[in-house]
Amino acid sequence: MSLLKLENLSVTFGNFRAVDQISYSVNEGEVLGIVGESGSGKSVSSLSLMGLIDYPGKVSADQLTFMDQDLLSMPEAQRRKITGSDIAMIFQDPMTSLNPCFTVGYQIIEALKTHQGGTKKELKHRAIELLTLVGIPAPESRLSAYPHQLSGGMSQRVMIAIAIACNPKLLIADEPTTALDVTIQAQIIDLLIDLQKEKQMGLVLITHDLALVAEVAHRVIVMYAGQIVESGPASEVFSAPKHPYTQALLASLPESAAGRARLQALPGVVPGQYDRPKGCLLSPRCPYVTDHCRNVEPTSQGSLERQVKCHTPLNTQGRPAA
Amino acid sequence: MSQELVLNAHNLKQHYQVKQGLFKPDATVKAVDGVSFTLEKGKTLAVVGESGCGKSTLGRMLTMIETPTDGQLNFRGEDLLTLSKEQQKELRQKIQIIFQNPYGSLNPRKKIGAILEEPLVINTKLSKAERKAKALEMMAKVGLKPEHYDRYPHMFSGGQRQRIAIARGLMLDPEVIVADEPVSALDVSVQAQVLNLMMDLQQEFGLSYVFISHDLSVVEHIADEVMVMYLGKVVEHGTCEEVFTNPKHPYTQALLSSTPQLSRDKRRQRIKLKGELPSPLNPPSGCAFHGRCQYANDRCRSETPVLRSTNNGHLIACHAVEESRLDSLAGAA
Repeated sequence: MSLLKLENLSVTFGNFRAVDQISYSVNEGEVLGIVGESGSGKSVSSLSLMGLIDYPGKVSADQLTFMDQDLLSMPEAQRRKITGSDIAMIFQDPMTSLNPCFTVGYQIIEALKTHQGGTKKELKHRAIELLTLVGIPAPESRLSAYPHQLSGGMSQRVMIAIAIACNPKLLIADEPTTALDVTIQAQIIDLLIDLQKEKQMGLVLITHDLALVAEVAHRVIVMYAGQIVESGPASEVFSAPKHPYTQALLASLPESAAGRARLQALPGVVPGQYDRPKGCLLSPRCPYVTDHCRNVEPTSQGSLERQVKCHTPLNTQGRPAA
Repeated sequence: MSQELVLNAHNLKQHYQVKQGLFKPDATVKAVDGVSFTLEKGKTLAVVGESGCGKSTLGRMLTMIETPTDGQLNFRGEDLLTLSKEQQKELRQKIQIIFQNPYGSLNPRKKIGAILEEPLVINTKLSKAERKAKALEMMAKVGLKPEHYDRYPHMFSGGQRQRIAIARGLMLDPEVIVADEPVSALDVSVQAQVLNLMMDLQQEFGLSYVFISHDLSVVEHIADEVMVMYLGKVVEHGTCEEVFTNPKHPYTQALLSSTPQLSRDKRRQRIKLKGELPSPLNPPSGCAFHGRCQYANDRCRSETPVLRSTNNGHLIACHAVEESRLDSLAGAA
């Protein structure tokens, strides 16, 4: 069953479209990976799901529903009940997303109290349970620790504990391991995937690390300059990319290069606010560009399961279909 | 010997005294504790490890930003640590550094031209016109346009800034470049551009790189030799191929298995490491890794392992490898 469904979601800041008409859905028990470079709108789109876009940012969508409830039209108070409990989010930098002035215990209990309530004793008991669940040793004593006393990995575990405190149905993890070392990253990802399986949550994993998504995600969405350029089952997208951008991104990874050959770099950078090209946004960087691409913006084609936004999607040999 | 030796470090140490409080004795942090290596002309030595393992401190010692508390550092046979101030200044030009964060390492109030010419102003007697010519030449080499000469750093993207930082490092015709996480702040497509640039420049100028990184897939691509550090000590040192295809030390194995892989057949059996890097203020006894190692025994807890060479020059500091406990346990599991 589909948990979250969005259709043509856009986030604009003044004249700038940070997120440009994206549509996707997340099902129960599914891991959806969203990949893209910085400035591709992956974080902004997830913040908009949580209702965290402030003025002057504007969110608009043809449809934005969570379990068939319309998030955009519902009153603020009602939406507040859903975000934080049924939809929870983990942010990129664990060291700065915890409040340094309060103990870890206070911050976990705060989330529980807001959404579930209970006696002081029950809340504390539940907080200890949560810390045990996320693998923090000696949880009783950790309750009274302040964030600065924790390492990066431990802080991220606490963030996860807060996020799953109210048994969310959908967890959005925005670069949950980018600030962490690889061995700690492996621990945190294992923890997230274990929790996701156990609770049958939908998990949206936002990252720039393609290999990480390839390892854990069921479906993957590739974003470029605010748009979804390709989406589909992870194995298919990575083994046979249909969009030139996905192909170039995969080719630019060091592990794709044979030996010490030069890496296949994509020239140029992601367009910003003032240098957005007219037709296809990738056209200045695309190796297969035609005049048609430079003038006319492509539309998404293919089924909902496997979308690609390109005039000449690549065939299985990695060449544009004539 | 056909290979030219450029840099040679022996038993380098950097110990910091840390105040614990008014009435407590100072503690010693052994940020780098006995690192030795040699670097040949045109080669790349990669230093890998997690944050806090001392790899950046090592880079700062090599460029003489910090003076080591102990050990020897030779550049083309000259001992860098016993030289006079003037001689040090001379040789410092030959070892340059590129920093991790191109947003922080360029002075925002100086134009690119001034940034690139500053090393020349300080170290050479070139005229203004000569300096400008040299800066423009270097800008062309790293893929910047001449009109960028009069711009400020904030007008550039991350990848371009890193090119500027590389150009600045090359202004004095160095022989060794210490690159401290040069691409970790960049997006993958831009990272590839900068890595290509670094490899091209290495060929053109015959540079030697000390490439400090935590990203193993980048290291595998660019390095000739790999040195794995853990809590200030080298735990494994070998050729890139040897370390990546046949890692011996349990920490290297865990590090490699934790790195996500795109292709399914390259993925390794995930070795789960418990816990985190111990505090350098209070390092564990014996082998620093024993608390997280699945092969640890009593000897590991009490006796510090030293780097030992295996048959093909691959260096490993591990009791379990030495006693070949690793294979028997892995076979049993």
